[in-house]
Amino acid sequence: MTRPVRVTRPARLVRMPRPPRWAVRPLAALGLPALLVTVWWLASAGSTNPFYPPLRTVLDAFGRVWLSERFVLDVVPSLRRFALGLLLAVVLGVAAGLLIGSSRVLRTLLEPALAFFRALPSPVLVPVLLVVVGVGDAMKVAVIAFGCLWPVLLNTVDGVRGTDEVQLDTARVAGLSRLATFRHLVLPAASPQIAAGLRQALGIGLILMVISEMVVSTDGLGHAVVRFQRSFALPEMWSGMIFLGILGFLLAKALEVVERRVLAWHHGLRRATGARP
Amino acid sequence: MTVAVPHSAGTRAARVPARPGGTGARADRLRGALGALGLALAFETVPRTGLVPAEHLPPLSTVLAALAGRAGDAALWRTVGTTLGGWALGLLLAVVAAVVAGLVIGSVGVLRTATASTIDFLRPIPSVVFIPLVVLLFGADLGATLFLVGYACFWLVLIQVLYGVRDVDPVARDAARSAGLGPVAQVRHLVWPTVLPYAVTGLRLAASVALVLTVTAGLVIGSPGLGREIWLAQAGADIPGMYALILVTGILGIGVNALVRLAERRLLHWHVSVRREVTPR
Repeated sequence: MTRPVRVTRPARLVRMPRPPRWAVRPLAALGLPALLVTVWWLASAGSTNPFYPPLRTVLDAFGRVWLSERFVLDVVPSLRRFALGLLLAVVLGVAAGLLIGSSRVLRTLLEPALAFFRALPSPVLVPVLLVVVGVGDAMKVAVIAFGCLWPVLLNTVDGVRGTDEVQLDTARVAGLSRLATFRHLVLPAASPQIAAGLRQALGIGLILMVISEMVVSTDGLGHAVVRFQRSFALPEMWSGMIFLGILGFLLAKALEVVERRVLAWHHGLRRATGARP
Repeated sequence: MTVAVPHSAGTRAARVPARPGGTGARADRLRGALGALGLALAFETVPRTGLVPAEHLPPLSTVLAALAGRAGDAALWRTVGTTLGGWALGLLLAVVAAVVAGLVIGSVGVLRTATASTIDFLRPIPSVVFIPLVVLLFGADLGATLFLVGYACFWLVLIQVLYGVRDVDPVARDAARSAGLGPVAQVRHLVWPTVLPYAVTGLRLAASVALVLTVTAGLVIGSPGLGREIWLAQAGADIPGMYALILVTGILGIGVNALVRLAERRLLHWHVSVRREVTPR
């Protein structure tokens, strides 16, 4: 092997004059998206293919469709159902998860049921709840709640099981009541795992929101997008897809911000103890 | 250690990890069987008591009878095969694309910085968003399933591979470099072994998501598979048949999870996490 060997990296040793951080970061963050949008704009500019309307037309449609009363008619119902379903799932999932996680008997008894519902793809709930609950808001909320329940519940169970034994013993010796132990020890200890469950639930919930509206609905984002597709209003359809995409991104970001706030102590602790993320 | 606290005995014992083959494990298995039996019993009796109308939730025996009726029909097995085929192909495409893209992006600093925001934006977009477009492009076909599965799984695996590349030990990297390993040899002997556990985690997550989207494609678009059959059964008011197919879907889900676990053990038999799992202390 006569390959030239480079042991040190000169770039690190020589201090190069660097542009300030704020000038580099936005460029890195916005460079590729700007490039992609430009390419999309230019490539579609003269498009006569109805499937791929010019981006300009799509953006026109975006303003016309989503910055109008459509927002109240389609976006608000969707978001209400999504929020309600997710809230139900979190309340039920965390409560049941705390209970199941802290009792071995209960956990082993429910193991087969939990394994089945974890493995069952939740979109099959749409036809089931369509039969049981009927067409309507309740069906969609139930689908979202039921689908989001399992990731929250199972992660809560795992989180509870991961509570530090020594701390549990200490709490007992210190004479903390069961409720106080839950409130001050088990729930905080399980919260990073619960947050992980919540992140999964958010993704599942969005999918369920969209498809339950696509299948049977008279309003909502999923319904609107499919309606545009069926009536061949393709720029509107594209604008709806962009809207849904932005919504998915914003919801994930919002959860991230909340998580960082609520679990600041946890991330700080991990950094301090040098644990790997 | 021996402080006598009233309710400690029961709860303390409950947290002692079960040794495989020990009495704890046997009791767990017994309770598991009991729980499954209880669930089946509830499924059978609740509709019979009229608590839930039997036309909404037929008793288990009726569902099983419907399942037995379909099990003799080759159509059911063809449907299961189609579903598994769409699942596997979509997953495979996504994993191969994500591993290649992840290795390239992760190894080149400029690419990593430049793509970070784009990946961050595209990743949380639920792939069902593309359903209207996919319907126009592919119709109710395998292509629709592959697109939905592929999009969703690609990001899951890509993120994991990127984490993995970032986790490569810098000292080992310098050692490899000063030992004169070329880029390809570095990827082969240094980066790949570090990335593999991460990629497998991505694969595990992606496997269940892939099944969700395979079923979704059938339900919403009507591309062939279990999802479409479930929808047709529901539309045809064949409620026991619908539950039978859902039961099959759930079992398929469990099977898919088991398959991925097996793959994980095979691929990572040398890795600490698997070795510890196989031979507990």
